[in-house]
Amino acid sequence: MALSKLTYNSLNVTPTASKGIGFDSGADDLAATFSGGSMTFIKKLTASSSDALTFVDGTSDVVLDDTYKEYLFTFKSIHPQTDERHFQVNFRDGGSAYDATKTTTNFQAYHNEDDTTGVLGYEPAEDLAQSTGVQELVTYQGSDSDQALSGYLHLFDPSSTTFVKHFLVRISTVQGSDRLKDVYTAGYCNVTAAIDGVQFSMSSGNIDAGDICLYGIS
Amino acid sequence: MALTKYNYNSFDITPVASKALAFNSDADGFTTATEGDMVLIKTLTASSDSTLEFEDGTDDVVLDNTYPIYLFKFINIHPSGDGVRLQFQGNAAGGSGYNETMTTTSFRAFHNEAGTDADLQYVTGTDQAQGTGFQDITDYGGGSGGADECASGELWLFDPSSTTFIKHFMASASTYLNSDYQSQKYHAGYFNTTSAIDEIQFKFDSGNIDSGTIKLYGIKDS
Repeated sequence: MALSKLTYNSLNVTPTASKGIGFDSGADDLAATFSGGSMTFIKKLTASSSDALTFVDGTSDVVLDDTYKEYLFTFKSIHPQTDERHFQVNFRDGGSAYDATKTTTNFQAYHNEDDTTGVLGYEPAEDLAQSTGVQELVTYQGSDSDQALSGYLHLFDPSSTTFVKHFLVRISTVQGSDRLKDVYTAGYCNVTAAIDGVQFSMSSGNIDAGDICLYGIS
Repeated sequence: MALTKYNYNSFDITPVASKALAFNSDADGFTTATEGDMVLIKTLTASSDSTLEFEDGTDDVVLDNTYPIYLFKFINIHPSGDGVRLQFQGNAAGGSGYNETMTTTSFRAFHNEAGTDADLQYVTGTDQAQGTGFQDITDYGGGSGGADECASGELWLFDPSSTTFIKHFMASASTYLNSDYQSQKYHAGYFNTTSAIDEIQFKFDSGNIDSGTIKLYGIKDS
């Protein structure tokens, strides 16, 4: 005899679209109030002597479209193959090239392990003005076996075909000279085409190790 | 009459490991749902506490390789004293004492309520160069001088379980200073150790944490 399965209207609770079923606050009834949370993991790329780590909408389960209004990339222990290279990003705005026009700002605080310098300042060498080139997110990253960078990048509304696309970045890094840097970069892709790909790389050499994860924010 | 108990396979849906039961987007059938990828691990509420600790494996705290990134949120932290700073330190797995070596940066923007003073500056007194002391997170917050004065913000901790790399962290905080200034303060740095960090302690540089909440979240990567 076939099992008789309970269907959506078999339970003593009002069905509510896209809500999970749990117990109510008194633990004496059911409630359809659970949400899955507003931060959704999409994709992890793990570097292994990689030229670049690239997230392209529709490829390898990557979602980077109008599903979410905000995306978050996290950088965990990114380690360069070659000492004192720059970790950088660029964006794809149609076609296959990562060359979206960008205007950006960059400021940073830094402090040496030997306590010789503690400085906060704007960094004109690391901003862009209507440039299609890569945006440096950190410079002169150290490659000692224990040195790495970590941080995050917020990308807002990449699928908009009306507005420019803003991004905000914060990274903590250590340079080859044993200088800690707390680096802030922000800007916009000055295009109204949708951004559907984001590429991370080193200025030369490979990304030896580390993870970059992509999340969608509901 | 005995109650009828329903089992996992009693519902009109294919069971999926570690998923929850939910209504679909049309509310006319079942689907499966995930809990979300930023997971609340632990909430600690201060009540005249000298310290608040998050220790892996204690009181349901997870601070190991379960998550690649951890996020602490501190909300309405109110000190018992006046003009004191919220601080933190870590303890390595198997170690004793909150005294890990760290190098950090510190800067702030501030503005007074009178509208007569504002600035952006690096703060050499609250950074560390291979220090083992507690690291400031907030500015000189009010407490005993004002019942409504407090600080809130967040602290990101990356890859604390790594035994290969240093462990980076980044903090930002808004503080109501005891001198009636608002301050936003930013700290970043790393535990300069390849030992895993599995315990984090918060305290004020003087006096107790009178009230406030610190929450720990884990951010999934799968």
